[in-house]
Amino acid sequence: MIRLLAGRLLQAAVASFGVLTIVFFVMRLSGDPTLLLVPEGASAEQVAQLRAALGFDRPLVVQYAAYLGDLLRLDLGESLVQRAPVAGIVGERIPYTLALAGGALLVALGIGIPAGILMAVHRGGVLERALAALVLAGQSLPTFWSGILLILFFGVYLGWLPTSGADSLASLIMPAIALGALTMSTFARMARISVLDELSRDYVTAARARGLSVWAAVSRHVLRNAAIPVVTIAALEIGNLLAGAVIVETVFAWPGIGQLAIQSIQARDFLVVQTVVLFVSSVYIAMNLLADLAYAAIDPRIRGRS
Amino acid sequence: MQPALIVENLSLALGRANLVDSVGFSVAPGEVLALVGESGCGKSVTAQAIMRLLAPALRQTGGRVLLAGQDITALPERAMRALRGQAMSMIFQEPQAALDPLATVGTHIAEALRRPLRDVRDQVLQMLAEVGISDPARRIDQYPFELSGGMCQRVMIACALISRPAVLLADEPTTALDVTIQAQILDLLRRLAAERRTAVVLITHDMGVVADIADRVAVMYAGRIAETGPTAQIFARPRHPYTSLLLASIPRLTDAPKSTLAVIEGRVPTPAEFGPGCRFASRCPLADDTCRAATPPLRDMADGRLSACFHAEQLP
Repeated sequence: MIRLLAGRLLQAAVASFGVLTIVFFVMRLSGDPTLLLVPEGASAEQVAQLRAALGFDRPLVVQYAAYLGDLLRLDLGESLVQRAPVAGIVGERIPYTLALAGGALLVALGIGIPAGILMAVHRGGVLERALAALVLAGQSLPTFWSGILLILFFGVYLGWLPTSGADSLASLIMPAIALGALTMSTFARMARISVLDELSRDYVTAARARGLSVWAAVSRHVLRNAAIPVVTIAALEIGNLLAGAVIVETVFAWPGIGQLAIQSIQARDFLVVQTVVLFVSSVYIAMNLLADLAYAAIDPRIRGRS
Repeated sequence: MQPALIVENLSLALGRANLVDSVGFSVAPGEVLALVGESGCGKSVTAQAIMRLLAPALRQTGGRVLLAGQDITALPERAMRALRGQAMSMIFQEPQAALDPLATVGTHIAEALRRPLRDVRDQVLQMLAEVGISDPARRIDQYPFELSGGMCQRVMIACALISRPAVLLADEPTTALDVTIQAQILDLLRRLAAERRTAVVLITHDMGVVADIADRVAVMYAGRIAETGPTAQIFARPRHPYTSLLLASIPRLTDAPKSTLAVIEGRVPTPAEFGPGCRFASRCPLADDTCRAATPPLRDMADGRLSACFHAEQLP
C-alpha cells in the first residue's frame, strides 16, 4: 500500500513538472507581453527598456530556470497587468470555481449515477428510454448554448434565478446545471454499462438463488463491483469540470479561475495563466491519486497485491 | 413418502423455439436424482425454471412445480423469494464466479440466513466446519480470491444448506474442479443430503459422477426426458437407445490401447430442426417411420422405470 502510494506520488510529481514546462513555453509562443503593456506610440527604445525591466530580454532557458527557481521557493511571482502577487489574484478566484465545480459534481453524481443504475436494472423498459433521452440531451447540448437557454428561461422569462454573477447561492444553480450536464451523462452511461456488466455475472444469479430481490442483489453486491470503473471516470471528470468551467464562467460571468484564465491569456499575463494551469493540473493529478486509493478501499484484491 | 420436489410437464420456450418439452421428474427427501444430458439439452434451464430465475428471454409455456406438495408455479415473486435459499437452494458450475469477489465468505453465508454476520457468526463458523473447511475462524473473513475452486464450492454448499432446504439444485457442481476435489465435493454433497434429508437434483453430463452419487437418473435429450430409473438399472440395462449409446461411449480400462473411442454419430438437432417425431431419431440405430412420425410417450417399463422409446423392448 505504501509502495503503491509512493509510486503514484512520484508519477504525480513528474506529470506536474511536464505540465508546467509545456505551459511555460507555449505561453511564450503567444507573443511579447511588453507590446500590450506599453502605451500606444511608445518608442522602440521604451519597449526595449520595459522588456529588460521585466526580464523578457533574457534567453528563454534562463527565464525558464528562473521561473522554476521561484516555484521551488513557492514564489508564484507578480502579475504583469495588475502588479500584484499572482498567488492572491488566483487564490481569491479559486473558491468560486471550487463552488461551481462542486455544485456541478453534485448535479452529475446526484442525477447521473442513479439514472445509470435505473437504466441498467430496468433494461428495455419505458424508464430506460426516458432516462436515455435525458442522458442524450446532457451529452449533446453544448454548454455555451444550454447555458444561454437556461438564462433565457429561468433568468429572463420566469425571473426565478439571477442571470449572472455570484451574489447568492441561487446564482450557483444554473451554472452548476450547465457545467454538470455533460458529466452527468458520462456518469449515467458509465454506471449503466458497468451495472449491466455486473448484472450478467453468476454471483448475481447466486445471490438471487439465496433469496435476494434484484434490488437487494444490486445494493449489496452489484454496486460495489460496478463502482470500480465509475471511480476511474469520476476522477477524470472532476478535472474536466474545472476545465469546462472556463466556458460556463464566461457565459454566466462567474468570477472563477476560468474567467481569469481567459482574461489573462488575452492580456498575455503569463504568470497568472501558468498558475491557473498549474492549479487545474494539480487537481487533476490529485484526483487520479485519490481514485487509486479508492480502488484499494473498494477491492480487496488490490489491497492484497501491494 | 411425499416427494420433496415434483416437476410436471415443464415446458420452456425461447421465442418460438421449444427448448424444454414436457419434462417431469420427482425427488424424495434424502434422494439424489441425476439429471443427465449433453450441453444444451435443457438441464440447466430446467433448474432455473424450478427456482424461477429464468433469463428474461426464456418463458415457461406449461407445466407445474410442486415443492413438498405445494404448487409454486403461480406464486408471486415475493413468495418465491421467501422460498429461495430457505426451502430450495442452488449451487453452480463455477464456484468462484458464483461468489461476489468483494464480499467475504461469512457475508455470503450470513446472507442465506438473512441476518447480519455478527449475529450468526457462530452458526456460520459451525457450517464452515461442516462443509470441511479447515480453520473456519480465519476463512470466514477471507475473500473468494483467497480460496481455491474446491473451497469456493464448499462455501457455496454452506450457503445453500445452512437454512436446511428441502431441495438442493446442483448445476454441474464439480465440472470446473479437478478430479480429486470433484470426488471430495460429491462425497460431501451425498453425506450432507443424507444427514439433512435434502432432496438433490444433480445436473451433470458426466456418467462417472452419476454412478458415484445418484440414486436415480433422468436422462435428457434435446429438451425431453429419454428415460428415468434407478441408477444401477440404468447402467446395467438401458431402456433407451440414447442411454445405451451414451454408456457405450465411456472409455473403459479394459479397452485395447489406442482403440477408437465410441461416438454417437450425427449431432443434436437445434430447436428449429425439431420435427413431429422422436428427437433422437436422426441418430438412432433403431429408428423407423413411426419414430419420425410421432413423439414417443414416456412409458412405464414395469420395473420402476420410464422410457420414451417405441422400441424399448428391443434393446438387449
